[in-house]
Amino acid sequence: MWSWVAHRVTGVLIFFFLLVHVLDTALVRVSPEAYNAAIGTYQTPIMGLGEAGLVAAIVFHAFNGIRILLVDFWAQGPRYQKVMLWVVVGLFVVTMAGFLPRHLVNVFTGGH
Amino acid sequence: MTHGTAAVAKVDSPRSPYARRKTTRGNYELYSWVFMRASGVVLLVLIFGHLFVNLMVGEGVHAIDFGFVAGKWASPMWQVWDLLMLWLAMIHGTNGVRTIINDYATRDVTRGVLKGLLYLAFAVVVVLGTLVIFTFDACPPGSPAELLPSFCTA
Ligand code: HEM
Ligand code: HEM
Repeated sequence: MWSWVAHRVTGVLIFFFLLVHVLDTALVRVSPEAYNAAIGTYQTPIMGLGEAGLVAAIVFHAFNGIRILLVDFWAQGPRYQKVMLWVVVGLFVVTMAGFLPRHLVNVFTGGH
Repeated sequence: MTHGTAAVAKVDSPRSPYARRKTTRGNYELYSWVFMRASGVVLLVLIFGHLFVNLMVGEGVHAIDFGFVAGKWASPMWQVWDLLMLWLAMIHGTNGVRTIINDYATRDVTRGVLKGLLYLAFAVVVVLGTLVIFTFDACPPGSPAELLPSFCTA
């Protein structure tokens, strides 16, 4: 049940990010200066944390999406749905453990 | 053969035989259900690849600027990648949000307005994003050379 709520919330979150993201990318058609100014705001520590949150949302939504697929199409899926939820949580932790340190080092110590 | 059984054999089956109701509204919801699953698998690859190249390789998010985008879109591979990602993510996301609106917005007017806004946002973003990929100019005239990719001056 909570996995269903989390799947919904993350889906909507990613959707709204995508609307903004296509608009900011569109600034490459305005001028290099305009694009660099906009993307510069993505490189601040606060936005860096936001990006970490966004990536966490996507990683959960993606792995849980695959779990939904297995429940629907794999004959044994419904039987193992609970186990697979823990697999999703495990994969999530592993993926974030690979991503977070590197991203946070980039965000807090990187720079031009 | 007794009189009785002959009479029984004549009695019609009490219920009309099962006949599938002809759907009048098409199979739209079924196709959308299948699409959510098929597009999800493809999006997983596209988005993880996008995030890896843009956040994990080299300096990560600090490496992104106009020159970075120009370098990527110089390759047809990344153009197609981004185009697919744009379309699939927008259709998948719009379809998902449509389901959520159907679930929570119970008044007809509210639901109509929300869906109208949703489809408008979909159209604007997909058209704009597609145009951006195809009309991108890596070397706009009059821009300072240090902001442009090195192949502009070569
Ligand atoms: C914080 C994380 C992200 C960063 C830093 C980022 C960065 C970028 C950059 C630099 C581009 C320009 C072209 C390219 O590099 O291929 C781009 C384009 C794009 N990104 Fe992302 N991105 C992020 C997350 C996402 C996510 C989560 C999605 C999908 C839901 C996404 C979808 C797209 C799409 C569809 C385009 C093409 C836009 C267009 O057609 O104009 N991005 N992104
Ligand atoms: C990364 C790969 C992704 C996978 C594997 C995936 C998988 C799925 C699946 C299987 C569903 C169907 C749930 C159902 O019908 O019960 C779904 C729903 C949804 N997805 Fe995704 N998805 C992905 C990316 C995205 C992206 C990029 C967005 C936003 C642009 C998004 C937004 C949504 C929304 C809003 C729903 C509806 C949730 C609901 O009805 O409760 N998804 N996803």
